[in-house]
Amino acid sequence: MRASPRLVGLVVIALMAVAPLLPFTPDFWVTLAGYIGLASLVAIGLVLLTGVGGMTSFGQAAFVGFGAYTTAVLTTTFGFSPWATLPVSLLTTGLVALAIGLVTVRLSGHFLPLGTIAWGISFFYLFGNLAVLGGYDGISGIPPIAIGPWALIDSRAVDYLIWLAVLIAVVLSDNLLDSRMGRAIRALRGGGAFAESFGVDTAQAKLVVFVYAGLLAGLSGWLYAHVQRSVSPSPFGLGAGIEYLIMAVLGGSGYVLGGVVGAAVVAVFNDQLQNWLPKLMEGGGNLDAIVFGILLIAALQLARSGLWPALRKLGPPAAPKAVDLTAPPLPKRPANAKGAPLLEVTGVSKRFGGLVAVNEVSFSVRGGEIVGLIGPNGAGKSTTFNLLTGVASASSGEIRFRGERIDRLPARKIAERGIARTFQHVRLVPGMTVLENVAIGAHLRARVGALSSLVRLDRAREAEIIAEAARQIERVGLAEHMHKAAGSLALGQARLAEIARALCLDPALLLLDEPAAGLRFAEKKELAALLDRLRAEGMSLLLVEHDMDFVMQLTDHIVVLDFGLKIAEGAPKAIAESPAVLEAYLGGVA
Amino acid sequence: MSPTILLFLAQDGVMNGAVYALLGVTLVLVFTVTRVIFVAQGEFVAWGALTMAALENGALPGTAKLLVGLGLAAAAVDLLRARGRLPARRLALIAARDVVFPLALIGLTSWVAPQKPGMSVEIALTLALIVPMGPLVYRLAFQPLADASVLILFIAAIGVHLAMTGLGLAVFGAEGSRIAPMLEGVVPVGPIVVKMQSVAVLAVTGAVMASLFVFFERTLIGKALRATAVNRLGARLVGVRVDGTARTAFALAAGIGAVSGVLIGPLTTVAYDTGFLVGLKGFVAAIIAGLASYPLTALAALAIGLLESTSAFFASAFKEVIVFSIIIPFLLWRSYAAGAPADEEEE
Repeated sequence: MRASPRLVGLVVIALMAVAPLLPFTPDFWVTLAGYIGLASLVAIGLVLLTGVGGMTSFGQAAFVGFGAYTTAVLTTTFGFSPWATLPVSLLTTGLVALAIGLVTVRLSGHFLPLGTIAWGISFFYLFGNLAVLGGYDGISGIPPIAIGPWALIDSRAVDYLIWLAVLIAVVLSDNLLDSRMGRAIRALRGGGAFAESFGVDTAQAKLVVFVYAGLLAGLSGWLYAHVQRSVSPSPFGLGAGIEYLIMAVLGGSGYVLGGVVGAAVVAVFNDQLQNWLPKLMEGGGNLDAIVFGILLIAALQLARSGLWPALRKLGPPAAPKAVDLTAPPLPKRPANAKGAPLLEVTGVSKRFGGLVAVNEVSFSVRGGEIVGLIGPNGAGKSTTFNLLTGVASASSGEIRFRGERIDRLPARKIAERGIARTFQHVRLVPGMTVLENVAIGAHLRARVGALSSLVRLDRAREAEIIAEAARQIERVGLAEHMHKAAGSLALGQARLAEIARALCLDPALLLLDEPAAGLRFAEKKELAALLDRLRAEGMSLLLVEHDMDFVMQLTDHIVVLDFGLKIAEGAPKAIAESPAVLEAYLGGVA
Repeated sequence: MSPTILLFLAQDGVMNGAVYALLGVTLVLVFTVTRVIFVAQGEFVAWGALTMAALENGALPGTAKLLVGLGLAAAAVDLLRARGRLPARRLALIAARDVVFPLALIGLTSWVAPQKPGMSVEIALTLALIVPMGPLVYRLAFQPLADASVLILFIAAIGVHLAMTGLGLAVFGAEGSRIAPMLEGVVPVGPIVVKMQSVAVLAVTGAVMASLFVFFERTLIGKALRATAVNRLGARLVGVRVDGTARTAFALAAGIGAVSGVLIGPLTTVAYDTGFLVGLKGFVAAIIAGLASYPLTALAALAIGLLESTSAFFASAFKEVIVFSIIIPFLLWRSYAAGAPADEEEE
């Protein structure tokens, strides 16, 4: 996405823009290039929405329609100039996307793509049935875009404008993905609930990418109306929406340039099939749908992640993200006072139907101490973690952090107060590098918005975030793996990366769920030393762990759970000798 | 609005609703077993009606040739994948199922069809031609993608829809057909008269639903399908062949599609592309029922049929807008009822 493959892509796009300059390029290729550019804009938006953000939309063509119809009505009925309608078109599309997005992005799982099908169909019939939009005949006589005295009527002339727009879209999209908001969007795939634990407002991130994709589609619609000089409902229906999605998936829905590649492949194919099939076979006018359908299935079976990733492998690998360790450090919160009460858990229960997973549990954590939470499998340790971090809410009882009740707060508000965690089942985004994953942890410490990242006004803060992430990665001993994809880490390393990510939040209280599982002996010793240093700096830690040596040597205090009940609490030595604990673990001492 | 009109609209709505119910239930079946959102379901409806129409005219239906083609393609893919190293028994199975059977069927059809053997034989032939296409379509399009994400499978289903629509146009032509009703005549119900065909539609729909119920509750294959729907890996671990259950699901989809075609064929003109919108409405019903519950899907389908006929009467231009927008509140309600999503494992 960055560096050399990106450069190659930009050169290709530049060529597409320059091609019409050459007088020998046939006219229909110029027209086709324009069409590819228009479709690319929509497909790039879909890449961000579907491939990166994990929200499948079949309804993007409707946003193209909003952009196109807005300018069509304003220029023909009210005599606006095309340039004046550009902001209005974008504003209309943006507002519609915001309104639809507010409803749609809350849909979970498969309901979301199904919802987009529903409004994709509905808007098509709406466009076709509103008299003000000209019904199914649409609106014609739309003026061309003019630059000064030059009207861009010739397809060669308008091609520059289209591909300039594509170029801008590619750069803006790359900028957005390579930023604080971009990392939040990339964490959305597969649910993204973990990101809430680092302060990411996932509903907002979804809305941002939804509106952004809608705006790109609206821009495409505005251009389309003035290139085509007429609009009618059919290019904005479900069929077109599906075709845009096919472009994104075929091209490589995880990559911005995949959108451009997909748009080009689909457009050229459609065009060539219509040209050649009738010549190859008699009466082959209806064969293009068959061949297109079969080729689509074959392409999916042969290259599931799309064409662009396959092409990309031919070129040099992307350069790793630059780390500037001289960037100023991010603000830190004051250290905990040693021994002062920090977390107070009082009579907390969690019931799932008839099952009581956590039953009237009370304990506390003080500043600068390590508390161990142990117990056999199914004792309620991970549920307790989820209650503390707002991933689940307690059925009864009270949780106070620095005196303030937090048991009714959502996960990201708890993260804001300085509680960070790791997960028993590793929750890293496999396609992002370790560095980018860890940087999600610093989400709350450098608040810089999507708009400034689009135009790279976020670079100073971004450098600070990345430097902080790199420092924490070094601290847990993963420096040599910093630029690898998180999905390629071994389990133990992935757990360390999770710790680095949690440290990036600059927590006052760090919750670690089985941090030593999957680590080798030497690595465990290093981890113990790290946790010991953190405690010395004043951080408090709550630790779920099955390795008893690790727990006994490291903790100041141990809480033992069994079947949701607290059965013992005290210093490590006392716990090791407690008959109740031995009973729970070993089934009774004869 | 007079009660007569109301009754008339209700009859129309129930009729369409019954067919949507059949298709909706099939979509749920295919989705839960294979995770494929099978948008091409409607094509089987059109093919069923058009095959029936060809047989009534004493002609060899294009679907017979399509079946031979699909069978040969599937056999070729199997041979290529195995690089020629297939055990003799498997080879014999493939030859019998994918090559000999379709060829025998095309022979039988071209011999029987000109004799105009009567409706029951024609329906049997239609089913014999279309049911085997379900598993073949699965084998060719979806089996190689069995572990892909729902999105990829959906896009593949769109590819299948495009290819099947094109094939339908190629073998049946662009013109629509209407087939003879199963039952002639009308019966008076209160102030209106109801076509006997409508009674037949309801009876057949009821019978199909009842046999599906028995199939899922009482037979081992039906239970294997349900097990696969609940947990693919778990079903595999207890010895269910997931590819086999998927083939069965697609055979049912093709069969129920063909039956729906035979049912609506006398009520409306069916062309090669009629199926898609009919299928989509079954799909709306399936979505309202959360792609999970069969009885709810059937109920929702009836409701959609009624909504469609009443909105066709009051605001015909906005009929489709109304029918398709009705999903949104249901989707919202389902999303909220499901609560905050946990991290879904990436497929």
